Amino acid sequence: MNRRESLKAIGLTAISTAVLLEACKPGAATKEETAGTVKDAAQPGREAFEIERDKNLHATQFFTEHELATITVLADMIIPADTKSGSASEAKVPDFIEFIVKDIPRYQTPMRGGLKWLDLQCLNRYQKNFREASPAQQTEMADDIAYPDKVKPGMQQGVAFFSLMRDLTASGFFTTEMGIKDLGYLGNVPNKWAGVPADVLQQYGMEDV
Amino acid sequence: MNEFQIKKSDIEYDAIIVGSGAGGGMAGYVLANAGQKVLMLEAGAYFDPRLDAQQLKWPWESPRRGAGTVRPFGDFDAAYGGWELEGEPYTQKNNSDFAWFRSRMLGGRTNHWGRISLRMGPHDFKCKDGLTDDWPITYADIKPFYDKVDRLIGIYGTVEGIENEPDGIFMAPPKPRLNELFIKKAAQKTGVKVIPGRGSVLTEALPGNKDRAPCFYCGQCGRSCKVYGDFSSSSCLVIPAIKTGNLTVITNAMVREVLTGKDGHATGVSYVDKIDLQEHQVRAKVVILGASACESARLLLNSKSVAHPNGLANSSNVVGRYLHDSTGASLRGFLPQLMDRKRYNEDGVGSVHIYSPWWLDNKKLDFPRGYHIEYGGGMGMPGYGFGWGIENMNGKVPGKDGKMKEAGGYGAALKDDYRRFFGSSIGMAGRGTAIAKASNYCEIDPGVVDKYGIPVLRFNYKWANEEIKQAKHMQETFQEMFHAMGGIVTSAIHGPENNYGLEAPGKIIHEVGTVRMGDDPKKSALNKWCQAHDCKNLFVVDAAPFVQQGDKNATWTILALSMRTAEYILSQKKKLNIS
Repeated sequence: MNRRESLKAIGLTAISTAVLLEACKPGAATKEETAGTVKDAAQPGREAFEIERDKNLHATQFFTEHELATITVLADMIIPADTKSGSASEAKVPDFIEFIVKDIPRYQTPMRGGLKWLDLQCLNRYQKNFREASPAQQTEMADDIAYPDKVKPGMQQGVAFFSLMRDLTASGFFTTEMGIKDLGYLGNVPNKWAGVPADVLQQYGMEDV
Repeated sequence: MNEFQIKKSDIEYDAIIVGSGAGGGMAGYVLANAGQKVLMLEAGAYFDPRLDAQQLKWPWESPRRGAGTVRPFGDFDAAYGGWELEGEPYTQKNNSDFAWFRSRMLGGRTNHWGRISLRMGPHDFKCKDGLTDDWPITYADIKPFYDKVDRLIGIYGTVEGIENEPDGIFMAPPKPRLNELFIKKAAQKTGVKVIPGRGSVLTEALPGNKDRAPCFYCGQCGRSCKVYGDFSSSSCLVIPAIKTGNLTVITNAMVREVLTGKDGHATGVSYVDKIDLQEHQVRAKVVILGASACESARLLLNSKSVAHPNGLANSSNVVGRYLHDSTGASLRGFLPQLMDRKRYNEDGVGSVHIYSPWWLDNKKLDFPRGYHIEYGGGMGMPGYGFGWGIENMNGKVPGKDGKMKEAGGYGAALKDDYRRFFGSSIGMAGRGTAIAKASNYCEIDPGVVDKYGIPVLRFNYKWANEEIKQAKHMQETFQEMFHAMGGIVTSAIHGPENNYGLEAPGKIIHEVGTVRMGDDPKKSALNKWCQAHDCKNLFVVDAAPFVQQGDKNATWTILALSMRTAEYILSQKKKLNIS
């Protein structure tokens, strides 16, 4: 939702139109605005260095094609399509992971090293890297690193990698339009909060609290 | 060729205000509305929530999905800056770990704050245990100003009649969310007091104000509000003051020092324009500092002259001392009863719906003073970090089939777990009274300057047993509350090895006390009107004058004190050696 649309959405509620009209007027700011903010005009409320930083991050590539392909396989194993919504890759989770490791560089080594660790494990076991292993082999491998509480000796590094991969996949998926629809989050729209709905109060026996 | 030149303005303003946050904003608002010609210098950019708020954006509109990589409270948070600013360092002494949050922007940190608006109580001004110095004013002195702030800005809450948690002039509070009802119920079992929140969010139209609209319940006060439904100094004070025609704001103006004349009076300030690095001097009859507690102390300490060799307003040597931030500790977990919840819009307001004012008697405890508890949770908008650490949750409760599952996992069953847990988590955070001590201070680092050549602050801060024991008590209370609800704690249970999760000083962003008030000029920098003992036309209106903070967040007291000081300046105008 862009700014104009969001203001339009606010306009649907009982808020005074005078405020809204003024809000939509460009150039309502004072003369005291300085060069720094004029440059930011394309992205209100963001500092120039932030815009520049994002531009630079988008212009670089961290993962190799092979690494991204492996991330895609893993992400779709973690969040597959089901009757309610699509898969992680359909929600472009690999693109998000590519961005976030550039944005938060401390993830770079655990991700790159973890992918390498995974490929080496699979080469030793199946003479193929993870991506080229059969679905049954991929499942067998994932089962060894997806359950932290029953990890076998020698698999701890794989568990650490898979947990990070699972976290990034979940965050990447449930922050997309598809993921948020799937969760059923119903906010981020102007409304009137009148408390917990009566049927829910009743369900939890909270009518008198 | 020497091109270094200082631009000197011919205008003499009635007042110069340094800083545009709660303190500076209120002083500017009062003086400009009284017809005074005021110049406000702000070190950061112009910011108008109406145009600049990231309100109502969806997580996918940020490539980092709202992560706090650049802005500590997330990509959509309204605060520019953070704990670290490029080219503006601060240093530490004796292994201190003080964290200094700075927001260089119109309105400062009030653009993103929690809007939790608590009055300090009678015993916060005059203590009962004799442990700390009293304020030179009482609750009765400041009450009329709290009342006026309530009316001017708007606040919700309920009249409770708690002696040290004074009531205000309240709008109706938002109703509790479902998780908050569970907390209320648990509180009945544990004896913890829980009452409706007190926040500066307009749950009703503000009488007589046509510029601000009531809250529309997006729960995003941290992003600042496009309809001015909550309190930010930018939207509620500075921008309205500009409209009077009496307030001029210069942004990106980093003040270097307060200038004084031979007689020791303040004559104006010097500043550097952060964009073109031009040096300026501007003049006024009165100088008012509202740059934030630590920044105002820095300015005074950097303003040395023949008349004020130890820094301005510092003949007492207290400037920088008695620095204290609220204590803070927290716990997170989830309520199994809230899994598989029915969905509805539960955003509510962006401040607290409920909270726990301090409820215990210190005679029965091994630490002085107390803390309040803020509660979080609900079906909020997912953002970066959503689903993080599911392996700490999904192995602790039975699946839909009633059988326990192995923690972690992947695939369709895991995907469903994320849905099941949505809206089940609960957070508790304590905010408590830290004891003001001369030994906790900021001073000028003799060897370090920032990129503008201004000497920087060096911090010396140690938590004492009083604060550590308080954090221990917070942790025990939070665990009791979780136990009473049948909740499961997922965050680390902290012990003595890390001070029971007591946050580093500065992390709660309630730092105060560095230019304290008092009746004795040997023990304080300011008198009871926040006027410098050593320099009668110099005032401080941020949180620096606080003698001793209660467990209450500082903003409402900053606003009331600043309004009181501004009215004092108006009433005393003729006596201030103003020509």
